[in-house]
Amino acid sequence: MTTAATADRAATAAPAVSVRQVSKTFSGRKGQAVTALQDVDLEVAPGEFVSLIGPSGCGKSTLLRVIANLLEPTAGSVEVFGKAADQARRDQDYGIAFQQAGLLPWRTVSANIELPLELHGVGKAKRRARALELLEMVGLADFADHRPDQLSGGMQQRVAIARSLAESPQLLLMDEPFGALDEMTREYMQVELVRICRETGAAVVFVTHSIPESVYLSDRVVVMSPRPGRITEVIDIGLGDRTESLREADTFFTRVTEVREALRGPHAAAQALGVEAR
Amino acid sequence: MNSARERAIRIGAPLVVGALFLFAWEMFVVVRHIAPYVLPKPTAIWEQTLKFFGDIWESFLYSGGNTLAGLLIGALLGVALAIVASRTPFVEQLLSPMAAAVAAMPIVALAPVFNTMFTSTSTTPRRLIVIIVVFFPMFINTVRGLRQVDPIHNELMTSYAATGWQLTRAVRLPGALPFICSGLRISSSLAVIAAVVAEYFGGTQNGLGSRITSAAANTAYARAWGYVVASVVLGLLFYLAALLFERIVMPWQRTAAL
Repeated sequence: MTTAATADRAATAAPAVSVRQVSKTFSGRKGQAVTALQDVDLEVAPGEFVSLIGPSGCGKSTLLRVIANLLEPTAGSVEVFGKAADQARRDQDYGIAFQQAGLLPWRTVSANIELPLELHGVGKAKRRARALELLEMVGLADFADHRPDQLSGGMQQRVAIARSLAESPQLLLMDEPFGALDEMTREYMQVELVRICRETGAAVVFVTHSIPESVYLSDRVVVMSPRPGRITEVIDIGLGDRTESLREADTFFTRVTEVREALRGPHAAAQALGVEAR
Repeated sequence: MNSARERAIRIGAPLVVGALFLFAWEMFVVVRHIAPYVLPKPTAIWEQTLKFFGDIWESFLYSGGNTLAGLLIGALLGVALAIVASRTPFVEQLLSPMAAAVAAMPIVALAPVFNTMFTSTSTTPRRLIVIIVVFFPMFINTVRGLRQVDPIHNELMTSYAATGWQLTRAVRLPGALPFICSGLRISSSLAVIAAVVAEYFGGTQNGLGSRITSAAANTAYARAWGYVVASVVLGLLFYLAALLFERIVMPWQRTAAL
């Protein structure tokens, strides 16, 4: 973390994410409108880890993309560190990672991480140094000059996370980044992510399908429901230090149950069927 | 090693088949007493090839030079215009029908027209024909390749607030390389054919195409075949060069040889 970025954050003291009365409507086929998000309010504090969970079609990915300014909201406003979302995107205030690593196959691992820096005019030596530093952080220091297809899925996803950290953002937006990984790798990656967040102090908005994952990682879990996509409940987790033994602690299971019940909600249990109960 | 054996088969099999074919050809001509002007024996062709090797080599270089120049210019033009077309829909709507019109041009019929347009000793008409032939497959393939963008890469580049040119350079163009390479593979053979055929219609008499016609006109059929063999070698050479190019520019994609 650069000290400048930290100072900047302290000076503004604005929330990392501030979503106010956001609605998003897609025009579907035959002209009928699909309401993906309706009147969503969400605030994420600097350094806070917030998960978005809900069944398919609840608009959690849409919400993430609206925050990332990859989609324009139909109504409402989005601010990232006190700036309009499009300005924040242009200023590279957030890093983003998706379910697929999305690495460019023709670039080496290091060159993939350097891509955002390269696009913003950072010198060759400097961006290489940054890439190596990040690879060290995600435990892939020996793979800098490998090509993506030489890495496993979990390793590729770690590269994607390193890439999202390239510009030292104080906000990470993650759309089911561990969704395609096997359970073992997934838990390992969760531990890694917790450590990375501690080291960088970045706030995270994390979209997931997995209840235990959301509980293990988050300070707060935001439960969403579909048709129309909206926030139905926000659960404070407050489990303190994320250790391996936490996964077997009673408090952990209490929270898991709490999230599960919130997902079933008063709105019909059928809607929760899209959620993995693992 | 199994792969060593596979490789021996891959290289050896076509050679064996080729040798058998030549042998059958030779036997057919000898046994059936085929007149040399109908079909010369492979041995006669070989003899003539050795005898006129100097001339063949010279015309090989001349036609090869025209092919290379035309191929390079045509390929660069096709890729460059495809990039422009992919950046602005208006330009694409403008260029695509024009490219199709260029492809429909009867180049063989155009050769004499070009010959009168330029001086008769000029290489320009021949190169122009190669350019026209190469342009279309290069343009069409590149346009298609540039359109194939992984949605994730698109979102990623948007999140980086990348400019249109940065998207083209970092994502679209490298992503289009497989298409550009297959365009080049098609074009490389077409370019040789175009360069040789273009020589049939007057102009200087120092290329493979001109030599084939003049040898045939002098009833030196075995020698004409010698020039045909040289044209085949030239075509293969360009095809192999296109494959080599593919391997060099796309090391992340292991393509099967041939």
